[in-house]
Amino acid sequence: MNELIKRIKMFRNNHPAGDENADNEKNIREKINLKVFRTNGKSESHFDTFEIPIMRWTTVLDALLHAKSYCDSSIGIRYSCRMASCGSCGMKINGIPRLACYTKISELKGGIVSCEPLANFPQIRDLVTDFSVFFNHHKQIQPFIQNENIQTEDREVLTEYIQKPEDVDKYLQFSYCIKCGLCYSACPTVATDTKFPGPQALSQAYRYSVDNRDNALGKRQNIIDDRHGIWRCHFAGSCSAVCPKGVDPALGIQLLRGHMLRFSKNEQKLAELQDRGLDKS
Amino acid sequence: METSKESNSTVRNNREGLKGWLNPARYGWERVSYWFQRLTGLFLLIYFIGHVYETSSLTGGQAAWNALLALTQTVQGHIFLILVIGASTFHSVNGIRLIFTHGGMGLGKPGRPDYPYDALSLNYRQKSGIWISLILAALAMLYGADVLFGTK
Repeated sequence: MNELIKRIKMFRNNHPAGDENADNEKNIREKINLKVFRTNGKSESHFDTFEIPIMRWTTVLDALLHAKSYCDSSIGIRYSCRMASCGSCGMKINGIPRLACYTKISELKGGIVSCEPLANFPQIRDLVTDFSVFFNHHKQIQPFIQNENIQTEDREVLTEYIQKPEDVDKYLQFSYCIKCGLCYSACPTVATDTKFPGPQALSQAYRYSVDNRDNALGKRQNIIDDRHGIWRCHFAGSCSAVCPKGVDPALGIQLLRGHMLRFSKNEQKLAELQDRGLDKS
Repeated sequence: METSKESNSTVRNNREGLKGWLNPARYGWERVSYWFQRLTGLFLLIYFIGHVYETSSLTGGQAAWNALLALTQTVQGHIFLILVIGASTFHSVNGIRLIFTHGGMGLGKPGRPDYPYDALSLNYRQKSGIWISLILAALAMLYGADVLFGTK
């Protein structure tokens, strides 16, 4: 015990409290102006500007929380994990949809950082937007494994779904979607067509369609084969450019469309087999 | 804290609408190509309507046809035709790129994403199609300008 106290005293002597502050002073590089979009849905919207001290590693979310703690506690913001896993803090930062927790201020150009709510989502308050339409589109494409050939009721005959690593690779990246809505906000088709499911929902349609445990491709194709469906995607690529998880929704959509158009010879053969009722997959 | 009334858009729906098509450069070359494809498509549609009107003037006799044809022989007419050449070249070549990419060709195969999560579909193979379209459109416009403004 005495040894421990001695060590603590030694550590305190070597690291005086003042040093910590000096280190922090060194790390504070500069101050930035944080412009935050403010609205309560009733009165006129405006931007509030806050001067925030930043360090090398300060993220936009850190800056917003600093503003909320020390400048204006009424700033409306949604966040949770602070590590790009929950997808709650999506917003337009300097005009581009980004996750606030995943965007370091040192990576942005200029001394002004502007934060606005995600475009194409109804505003609730300040930076908080309503995701209900977005989630409805997601639900509509039936994002779950369906296979009527597999017995799931009788526990006696339950078996494993066997998948090879190559089978997993076909859909793995699309299953990394955190539903942050950045792709939906960046999509130019969503900007003009409210019925378009958007890149997130369409890429999930592909994710379940290529999963060899699922056989509801036809069902999903009927949902997305619509004048407001998959054909409205024109490969602007903005969804993939803003995706923080490498899901690459544009790739999934184009591959699904290629499949529906029977673009490759393999697809043509599969379609022929399906027409003749020989393909059981 | 400073307050500024810089935006008056209290639109609850918050759809970007056609405004979202402006400033295409913020999302990369594919968005620029998307914007050009639309712009050139609209321009060619306007040209097509004008072209149908022009050729229909034949029914009014030779004088009416010559009067309308004279319009294209002015400097403004030549510039318009050069723009038509550029627009049609870009629209066609980029259209061919889009036919392939819309079927998933040239985009690569899905795999395990790794940091920094560069999107596979935005690869240089298909992106080069945009640059080729732009270069060919510029070359066609230069050749058209050379022919129309009389050095050939």
